[in-house]
Amino acid sequence: MPIATPEERARYHALVHRLTPGRPMVRNTVRAFVVGGLICELGQVIQALFVRYGGFKPTEAGNPTVAVLILLSAIFTAIGVYDRFAQWAGAGSAVPVTGFSNTMTSAAMEHRSEGFVAGVGGNMFKVSGPVIVYGVVSAFFIALIRYVVEHL
Amino acid sequence: MSAWTFLWAFLVGGAICAIGQVIMDTTKLTPGHVMSILVVAGAVADGLGLYDPLIKFAGAGATVPITSFGNALVHGAMHEAKIHGLIGVITGIFEVTSAGISAAIVFAFLAAVFAKPKG
Amino acid sequence: MARLGCSTWAFGERQVGVVATSTVAGTLEAQGPLSDAFDLRLDDDRAGQDTWERAEQAMFRRAAEIACEKAATHPSDLDLVIGADLNAQLTSFYMGLRPLARPMLGVYSACASICEALAVAGLAVATGFADVVLVGTSSHTSTAERQFRYPTEYGVQRPPTAQRTVTGAGAAILARGRGKWQITHATIGEIADYGVRSPWEMGAAMAPAACDTLRQHLADTGRSLGDYDLVVTGDLGRVGLDILRHLLVEQGVASAPVAEERVQDCGAMIYDENQPEVFSGGSGAACSTLVTFGHLFREMERGHIHRLLVCATGALLSQVSAQQGDTIPSISHAIAFERGD
Repeated sequence: MPIATPEERARYHALVHRLTPGRPMVRNTVRAFVVGGLICELGQVIQALFVRYGGFKPTEAGNPTVAVLILLSAIFTAIGVYDRFAQWAGAGSAVPVTGFSNTMTSAAMEHRSEGFVAGVGGNMFKVSGPVIVYGVVSAFFIALIRYVVEHL
Repeated sequence: MSAWTFLWAFLVGGAICAIGQVIMDTTKLTPGHVMSILVVAGAVADGLGLYDPLIKFAGAGATVPITSFGNALVHGAMHEAKIHGLIGVITGIFEVTSAGISAAIVFAFLAAVFAKPKG
Repeated sequence: MARLGCSTWAFGERQVGVVATSTVAGTLEAQGPLSDAFDLRLDDDRAGQDTWERAEQAMFRRAAEIACEKAATHPSDLDLVIGADLNAQLTSFYMGLRPLARPMLGVYSACASICEALAVAGLAVATGFADVVLVGTSSHTSTAERQFRYPTEYGVQRPPTAQRTVTGAGAAILARGRGKWQITHATIGEIADYGVRSPWEMGAAMAPAACDTLRQHLADTGRSLGDYDLVVTGDLGRVGLDILRHLLVEQGVASAPVAEERVQDCGAMIYDENQPEVFSGGSGAACSTLVTFGHLFREMERGHIHRLLVCATGALLSQVSAQQGDTIPSISHAIAFERGD
């Protein structure tokens, strides 16, 4: 009995499904939309400021903007509030580049107890690794395909 | 950049995040999976020439979400490939995203130096 | 002493006594509904240490010290020290209790460990191989988080079925023939696996084990659920407890009203629903320990409970097994307590 047969498993999963509270999808989606939108809006304002006062061309201002947002996220992670904010905002905090910065900052801070080399250095990409790996791998193949197609 | 960009930045940025949230809530995928999917989606969109027009009209609503990372990687690769041929696909990948990744590493390191996790 | 069925050890009347217990609670637990039942309440989960792991070790050490003080036992009088925690290689137990300098047996069954430790300790005392035994477990929300899941400052949104690992440590001194409480039976559980894969659904993963061990215990001892004033499971959480009650009724172990009234869960008791980020309740090796040694034993002392069954439950996954797509096997061990007089 303790190791369930497929039929017992299926019945149990139906029971669990019935009794498990659903995630509040609508509430989560609305929060993600609003927070994500606001973070991008902040980015837009920062970008406009870089163009107006920093002498950047509109096409170039994206880079320093992203750097500023990354700094802000690192600061909020360091003071310990980003994770509370993320429980509320969900994808609204994870999808913007601020989420990327949070993954690296939180991993670096956490593993300092294992030393700066093996701890901080060795673990910094623990959570953000997949984004970098799959970003680069997919960009490689896409650029390759495009190049080949354009030069046929 | 027109005044409308400010409105679209909010709407498009919010929409991309909302899509991420829906994927997280309806599937058993972890945030790591979802972010990887979005990065690849950004790269594919740029491959099809769809991401740059989105940036022109939504500004930061397209450059701030993680999808723009995928877009920037493809841009870097394509830019170098135009100048140096096929090898550029490898040499140019991090060209445009250098600011983001360098900033993330440096600030994460500084945070580790000056702050302790609160649990 | 007798063996009942194949899974239950009956220790006999007043053979294995619990002389004293101690509980050290972390900040969130100290602010919870059972707050005044704990011996020591911390206001900082770092316990003045430089790493989370050393903080957990310090809590465990303090719990052992307090238990010895309350039992008027010097550590050198302990014959055996048995315990567990959730860290890899049981570092909180071995390194935390290293200063006791006594024979040590580390055991592991995740969050069911306290009952496993009590069973082995009861065995040692009842057979006469040890006269005085210290038993304990510890867990810490941050050491569990960084080992099994993510860095503690990482912003990840948890679903309502998630649970919060309890920060704290608890210990008890067992002795033969004396004590305010006694351990009468221990039932050793078998692995249950109903195909749950998600680490966010531990309650669902462990409920079948609790049901199976409870059923086995009642069959071996010839008792019914109503013979106990209270039956508590370890850390199924609110959702897991609900699932368990349905399973008990479905498998004929108890009727719905009895299951509703007599079966509770330590994970659901240790936190108030409105406390921040507790989701469906507490979990961790110290969850059942804090609730049982702190709150439930005090209830027994006050005469509100005469006979108690604690079925701690454990999810036997590792980080690697979860990433490799394995299901989560679970186990539950049961310990029956009665008042010592």
